[in-house]
Amino acid sequence: MITRILGEGQYDVPETALTDLNVLDAAVQAAVDATDAVAFRARLGELLAAVRELGAPVPDDVLTVSDLVLPAPDSDLADVAALLGDEGLIPG
Amino acid sequence: MSIARRLADLFRVKANKALDRAEDPREVLDYSYERQLEMLTKVRRGVADVATSRKRLDLQLTQLQQAADRLQEQATQAVDLGRDDLAREALTRRSAVTAQMGDITAQRDALSAEEAKLTTAATRLQARVEAFRTRKETIKATYTAAEAQTRVGEAVSGISEEMGDVGLAVQRAEDKTSQMQARAGAIDELLASGAIQDATATTSGRDDLQAALEAARGDQGVDRELAALKAGRSAPAVGGGQARPEVTGGQPEQERQR
Repeated sequence: MITRILGEGQYDVPETALTDLNVLDAAVQAAVDATDAVAFRARLGELLAAVRELGAPVPDDVLTVSDLVLPAPDSDLADVAALLGDEGLIPG
Repeated sequence: MSIARRLADLFRVKANKALDRAEDPREVLDYSYERQLEMLTKVRRGVADVATSRKRLDLQLTQLQQAADRLQEQATQAVDLGRDDLAREALTRRSAVTAQMGDITAQRDALSAEEAKLTTAATRLQARVEAFRTRKETIKATYTAAEAQTRVGEAVSGISEEMGDVGLAVQRAEDKTSQMQARAGAIDELLASGAIQDATATTSGRDDLQAALEAARGDQGVDRELAALKAGRSAPAVGGGQARPEVTGGQPEQERQR
């Protein structure tokens, strides 16, 4: 499962780690739904840390599409809303 | 659906739009490669812009540090002159300058982090563009249009996502840099107006605190001269008694010469 952390690059996360990541992912989603900025930053940090720990960085010369794309660690709720709200914000 | 999947979908949609536009998928390869080179230029320019802003903040930090040192020095001088009011004023200004420095240091660090991120992004994009170029040539040489379809899709989608990511990073850096430039401009104006004395300009301009200190020192000088004068009032009476014989003694000589 290829996962990209925006601003950092891609990680190849083994399928076995998905259960753990889904729990963390759900916590991030809950924080977004509750528009709880503090919780969002904390849960996102935990999710990203897990991806970095469980995944292996994809080599720079490999071209592959990500199954999951995660916001950058210093993103706030507004950044995420902007990313999701308007496709035009993603260049390229 | 989770944010991570929605974001991945958004990137994929972007990539597919590029693919759908072309009749022959191999056209997409060249078009995409051109875009990649543009993006590389853009991200390198982004790194340079962030570095410029960061250096400007570094310079301001140096100037503010000099201003703080100078105010500290002025406070010491004021205390030596017994002018606690001036010392207090100097220390108050110094604490304002120090607060500014804390603020700017935080921004400088944020820009440094941005600079590092963009530099890494540029390196990664460079490597992937190189990988794309290699694959592009292989696909063009070996496969027919029909066979190329899927391979082109993989390569273009992969690089397109990377470009989207780097593009976002450049955008963020541009936003932060322009915010920073506005603030840096405000500080430059403050320095120019003398509200925060620019220590580098002390040779030409003189601030009000310095003027007050010099006035105080001047007053002290005047006081000293006055005291000396008062003391001298009685002293000349003694010295005058010694000098007089020379004058009176000299006069007869002059008269004798005439």
